[in-house]
Amino acid sequence: MVLPSPPSAPDGAPPWWRDRRVVPWVVQAVVGLVVLFLIAFLLGNLVRNLTAAGLLLTWRWLSQPAGFDLAETIVPFDAGMPYWRGLLAGLANTLRAVVCGLVGATLLGTLAGMAAFSSNGLLRGLARIYVEVIRNIPLLLQLVFWYFVVFLALPNGAAALQLPGVVLAKSGLYLAGLAEGLRWQLPQLVNGVWQAPLRLSVEFAALLTGLIIYSGAFIAEVVRGGIAAVPKGQWEAAASLGLGWFTTLKQVVLPQALRVIVPGLNTQYISLAKNSSLAVAVGFSDLYSVAETTLNQTGRAVEVYLILLGAYLGLDLLISALMNGLNRLVQIRER
Amino acid sequence: MLRKLRHELFSTPGDGVLSLGLLSLLVLALVGFLRWAFHQAEWAVIQANSTLFAVGRYPLDQQWRLWLLTTLLVGAAGLSWGLLRAHPRSDREGVLWPRNDRVAAAVLVVLALWLPFALRLHPGIQARWWGLAALLLALRWLAGRHGRQLPSKLLRLVPLIWPATYIIGMVLISGGLGMAKVPPSEWGGLLLTLLAASFAILLCFPLGVLLALGRRSELPLLRWASVVYIEFIRGAPLITLLFLGQNILGFLLPGGLAPERIWRAAWVLTFFAAAYLAEAVRSGLAAVPAGQVEAARSLGLSYPQALQQVILPQALRVALPSMVGQFISLLQDTTLLSLIGLLELLGVARTVMANPEFLGKNAEVYLTLAVLFWCCCAALGLGSRALERRLDPQTIPSR
Amino acid sequence: MTVPVASTSSVMIEARAVEKWYPNGFHALKGCDLEVRRGEVVVIMGPSGSGKSTFIRTFNALEDFQKGQITVDGIALSNDLRNIDAIRREVGMVFQQFNLFPHLSVIDNLTLAPVLVRKRPKAEVSEQARALLERVGIAEQADKFPGQLSGGQQQRVAIARALCMEPRILLFDEPTSALDPEMVREVLEVMQNLAADDITMVVVTHEVKFARHVAHRVVLMTDGVVVEEAPPETFFTTPAHERTRRFLDQIL
Repeated sequence: MVLPSPPSAPDGAPPWWRDRRVVPWVVQAVVGLVVLFLIAFLLGNLVRNLTAAGLLLTWRWLSQPAGFDLAETIVPFDAGMPYWRGLLAGLANTLRAVVCGLVGATLLGTLAGMAAFSSNGLLRGLARIYVEVIRNIPLLLQLVFWYFVVFLALPNGAAALQLPGVVLAKSGLYLAGLAEGLRWQLPQLVNGVWQAPLRLSVEFAALLTGLIIYSGAFIAEVVRGGIAAVPKGQWEAAASLGLGWFTTLKQVVLPQALRVIVPGLNTQYISLAKNSSLAVAVGFSDLYSVAETTLNQTGRAVEVYLILLGAYLGLDLLISALMNGLNRLVQIRER
Repeated sequence: MLRKLRHELFSTPGDGVLSLGLLSLLVLALVGFLRWAFHQAEWAVIQANSTLFAVGRYPLDQQWRLWLLTTLLVGAAGLSWGLLRAHPRSDREGVLWPRNDRVAAAVLVVLALWLPFALRLHPGIQARWWGLAALLLALRWLAGRHGRQLPSKLLRLVPLIWPATYIIGMVLISGGLGMAKVPPSEWGGLLLTLLAASFAILLCFPLGVLLALGRRSELPLLRWASVVYIEFIRGAPLITLLFLGQNILGFLLPGGLAPERIWRAAWVLTFFAAAYLAEAVRSGLAAVPAGQVEAARSLGLSYPQALQQVILPQALRVALPSMVGQFISLLQDTTLLSLIGLLELLGVARTVMANPEFLGKNAEVYLTLAVLFWCCCAALGLGSRALERRLDPQTIPSR
Repeated sequence: MTVPVASTSSVMIEARAVEKWYPNGFHALKGCDLEVRRGEVVVIMGPSGSGKSTFIRTFNALEDFQKGQITVDGIALSNDLRNIDAIRREVGMVFQQFNLFPHLSVIDNLTLAPVLVRKRPKAEVSEQARALLERVGIAEQADKFPGQLSGGQQQRVAIARALCMEPRILLFDEPTSALDPEMVREVLEVMQNLAADDITMVVVTHEVKFARHVAHRVVLMTDGVVVEEAPPETFFTTPAHERTRRFLDQIL
């Protein structure tokens, strides 16, 4: 139904600058003009300067040979392959780090968050200290700490740290797993070099450790907030029914808490995905570090930046979409 | 007390085992750490480079200006602290020396006496730090005692000493007005960290509030523009934005005008933080009941007046914890400047460790830095909680 | 066009054929008429959803209307921002949810608008504010914050806050509906005293006793129209319309 507009005064419409129907549009027009002018100014300069430097937007350089190697990659890549393949390898590394990081951080964060409600005072205190200490120290500092102080200081060869199924050495982390033929194989020292079905580079291990511990603290807070949001009455009712602490948590409280937790997790997951870009500080060849090297070699700032932006935005959208789906799943259970 | 301990740690057999296990692990770790700290670690690396850590490569003969600035800051802080104590909230008459305030002062005294010893600073510098601490406490006491007699017109001007100090500080640091100019490339260490953080914090605040208001506006263009900006910034990792700032900003300005790298980074930090702050302020705005605006309008206040007097004060109070969280993140994000070649605290640390004389002293340096950051961020967190308590009219005074 | 000036005629509010649609198409006001004279106390009653709150909120432009005419104190309610501001200065409103400003003390709640809008000096306004607080019976709470007061005290502060702007008309939107029964009386007493002081009041309420003793006229609204208007003697005992009778059966 078309709404008639508010009535005018008996003696005609007021001047435009006092007319409450007109003023909002004028404001918008002014803001719009300012924004458009700003954009036009910046873009104009950009095009002019790029043309002068001979760097106008083009994508042809992507197929030229890269001329640099990557320390580790699951996508086969060497110096002779084109740049786009290098960037793809970087993206694959980023995804590897993000997926493993999300899983680890969620596990750690959930445990720490639940520990805050434990009946054991020491456990509660330790969880609190963990969160308070980690949150107030910059992630980059933590990453370089793990890499330079812990992982690079590991002994090598026969002197490496040997735990059941895991070997921690300066040359990498070696994990027991399934080798070809589906046999369970432990890490073995062969001619002074460790071999195992699963090997993580020290760089990757340091990145993962830092990301997991850092995001774990924030996720712990989200989980704690979610559990705290469940009314005390739920705990009391479960206790009166004779359910133990852990069962109560798992069957009664956590499903309700998830409704508050899932949106908070979304923020933390996106944060972790973006924080993975700090891999450049520990020498892990993620998307950002490959992009930086590419830029230094080709000078193609605008294109590289667009690629970076697109990739990270895409990753964020993917995570958000998945979390929104999870959110809907968690909310539906209500009725 | 013993009973409480038993209840907390050993209430069930499972708990008991867990407690024993955790305790033994903790003790082992602590003993190991202390043994390392006192026997193997060489802390000389910190002491020898303390100036570098503090101010980077700032010319030695000009560092008196930094001391002057520190004195001004300490003076302003002491004055503000004292006046805050002298003027409690109107419903808290008589609660003149609350307990938390005295604890804070005590901690300050202890730190001021102990730290210069622990860091084994040069005696001349030690004396200066003691002088500054004494100044802070003296001003706090003076302003607290006589603050009530200050006429209210003068009182209204007091908050202005902070922007004034900031501007004077910028002049002192960069030079001009008869003093030798010190180019930004020579600013470093803690000085640069605090400068970049404070710059970004101060400027992202008005920008963030504007963005939040725009996001909630009913005018579609304003809302759309705010959303695009916020989502664009929030989707990008900070390092890519800093990277963009360093490489592309020169192209965006006419004639290849390229501001100093530090200013480029500082502005990027500002625009970055503004987007996140906008989200925090937005949730604060959403928490203000619609009736507040109606009451304000019905009293005849214009929309800008209603915003300033009624809506924003309430919205910002609600958003205060998340805003301070953003500021703490910002302080931590300054470490990323080391990845684009700027010598703030972490960058200086890297260069110190590259010095062959101090090779391999990573643990000592990083641990010190970690403690430093932790103290700054924790202090900000505590300050925010104190501010919340003062602003929240529902809190019953502690004593 | 001359600056709008408060009139000296005795008609304070004149509403003719006012119609309002909400953006979702709901027809909230279907042609309402009302005339309120200086010094009158008009009580508007009706079932919930009848549009009575919406109607009085059009008088100070808190709600828009699409058809009809409203003139408040001689100033036409139009799209002219100057008119709207002038009207809002002369019309005070007391809300069901009090809507006090929680971050300001009671005395600051009162002095905020006169200082900012009427540009009066703060000292003078403070004095007047304390006198008003005395008048509504809570002078000793002047430096407290709204969160520390009971519901009845808060509503009295709200009334004092509206009075501090020296309005010519006071609108009350269900002022006692959110109060515990013990506190309803203290607020109604204050309103009764105000009525005795010859202030023009339009009150939306369910309190029948108040309407009976204080109102000059009682108005019934249902489904967005004004059904009946009469002095309380005739309204409650011999209503003219069937709908009024049905409504009275429900509430009496």
